[in-house]
Amino acid sequence: MTDVAVIGFAQAPNERHSPATTNGVEMLVPIFHEVFAATGLTKNDIGFWCSGSSDYLAGRAFSFVSAVDAIGAFPPVMESHVEMDGAWALYEAWLKILTGEAEIALAYGFGKSSAGNLRRVLALQLDPYLVAPLWPDSVSIAALQARLGIETGLWTESDMALVAARSRANARDNPAALRQAGSSDVSVVSGDEASAESEGTVRCLWELLARPYVAEPLRAHDCAPVADGAAVVILAAGERARELCGRPAWITGFEHRIDSASLGARDLTTAPSAAAAGNAAGASRAQVAELHAPFTHQEIILRRALDLDDGVNVNPSGGALCGNPMFAAGLARIGSAATEIINGRADVALGHATSGPALQQNLVCVMEAR
Amino acid sequence: MSQPLHAPLEISFDYTRSLGPTLGEFVTALAGRRILGARASDGRVHAPPFEFDPLTGTPPAEFVEVGPGGSVVSWTWTERPLDGQPLRHPFGWALIRLDGADTAMLHAVNAGSADRMRTGMRVRPRWADRAGTGITDIMCFEAEEDATTRDEHSEAEPGEPVEPVEPAEPAEPVTMITTPIRLSYDHTVSPGESSYLLALAEGRLIGQRCPACGKVYLPPRGACPVDGVPTRDEVQLPDTGIVTTFCVVNVPFQGQRVPTPYVAASVLIDGADIAFQHLILGCPPDEVRMGMRVRAVWKPREQWDTGAHNIDHFEPTGEPDARYDSYAHHL
Repeated sequence: MTDVAVIGFAQAPNERHSPATTNGVEMLVPIFHEVFAATGLTKNDIGFWCSGSSDYLAGRAFSFVSAVDAIGAFPPVMESHVEMDGAWALYEAWLKILTGEAEIALAYGFGKSSAGNLRRVLALQLDPYLVAPLWPDSVSIAALQARLGIETGLWTESDMALVAARSRANARDNPAALRQAGSSDVSVVSGDEASAESEGTVRCLWELLARPYVAEPLRAHDCAPVADGAAVVILAAGERARELCGRPAWITGFEHRIDSASLGARDLTTAPSAAAAGNAAGASRAQVAELHAPFTHQEIILRRALDLDDGVNVNPSGGALCGNPMFAAGLARIGSAATEIINGRADVALGHATSGPALQQNLVCVMEAR
Repeated sequence: MSQPLHAPLEISFDYTRSLGPTLGEFVTALAGRRILGARASDGRVHAPPFEFDPLTGTPPAEFVEVGPGGSVVSWTWTERPLDGQPLRHPFGWALIRLDGADTAMLHAVNAGSADRMRTGMRVRPRWADRAGTGITDIMCFEAEEDATTRDEHSEAEPGEPVEPVEPAEPAEPVTMITTPIRLSYDHTVSPGESSYLLALAEGRLIGQRCPACGKVYLPPRGACPVDGVPTRDEVQLPDTGIVTTFCVVNVPFQGQRVPTPYVAASVLIDGADIAFQHLILGCPPDEVRMGMRVRAVWKPREQWDTGAHNIDHFEPTGEPDARYDSYAHHL
């Protein structure tokens, strides 16, 4: 089978209110230039393009077609689109290389989440017959999941706050992370980020836990803030990957699975689809993992489902809690994980993406250095 | 560059959905104030019913009546309800396991305040006045003790809607539901489109030139579709051009503002490289031809705003037609 590696990644800075249009062109053009400059490629080298975005987010039809302007698609290019996070576009791009139809492929995702009322727009991803007509919002559904875990003793509100504190501390080193106005948490958390026992972190947790609920038992720090952004990842096959990148992130497992759309029929305290995808992809070998957890308790669920022990460095970028641009954040997790390998900081890295309510659908991409 | 222009964008659509055999059964029962579950191959009762058995993939073989009472499995609290949600005042969302069911259903609980919500609380449906709407036939759930109190004082609290009379099973099965979807956006145009629209408000046309290929786009685009680079160089353009191609509209449709027959044409403004569609009036439709010279007819100045409709239509200038080879590559 053809070996395929991630050889390039770029992301737009996460913004609370981007002045960009919902077709993403203004966010995509600079990151295409950035990733081409870093890899020495031009648009003519790309054999297959695939994007992930949603017209519901844009509030207009065929917004992804306008996005193609950012490619400069002349002469005509081989191109596809998924109405999903760009991570699934990357999956399609990976398959395209495996079939031998392309040697180099580029996947991108973009989302201007702030254009509408995001948690209301996301009600439309629910069962359209018996659930969406009630307009349950995404934060409330996550809250139902969080409570189930708390009341069955699987995690506590403190565990959740600790995830938030660590994510925000990690995000200090990520220039693309969302700068959260009025957030003092980052400076309060001690430099020694992982030590729950350190006085700074404990003080921070008390501060976080003293804040009001947004949707009980979720507080603001438990929920990824609304963010606009875009991400791009380039894949290359075999020798081409070695020519283009000193230390390619070779894909050794790439799997996605889905759980039932019926929220009330699922055990929401686990993510069987994440466990199945992780198992098939070899998740437990990872030294570093970028998990797409838009809510703090979901990182806890994912760590368990993917069988990641305490030694695994989770979300060194700050994760989705510090930048969750819809339809780009999952792809950005894979790109961030790949960067850990490309930059020599890890030998085996995992990127994860989720889609749907309460971790319904999960994708795992395991990459390694050779 | 100042913030690009932006404006509210409201979209709405009534989705009509056919229910199929399983959900039709469930929704028809709801209209008769009964709640059905379906028994799966492992004996578990799913309420609402599954359309296909999670284990075998077969449609349900047996429906069983569940509830109407049930227990809260998990809950949260909504202080500020969103448009379209079941209640307009603060309420709880809950996963509710109805008596006799093994799975839970999502619905609203009218509890008054968050401190009255708890896992395990007993709830009962409160039926909406209208039946046959689907899941919204259940207005919400409420604590059993509240429901009982209201039953005992049927003329109860002033201002409270009176509990509707139990309707009989409808004569006709419910086969369709209608779900109105309304979404609100703040729609932003690109910086180039902003300049274009602001110029239109002054009766001028502004395009942008691609720095790579030199093509002039009107309206401007965020990036040149050929080269993928932003087109930042502004170009002032006249309001004259040519018809590159056209069609005669003979078919009436909703919202039509010009009596048929009329001409919709691709108009290429002098100096621009991309044509846009507009109306050609001011001559009989059968006189319109490819290469015909036209000029913009603007609406009265007091009607101008930042919109393309400031140009009402195009009309012939009477000048000699453009040669075919001068616009052949714009077709």
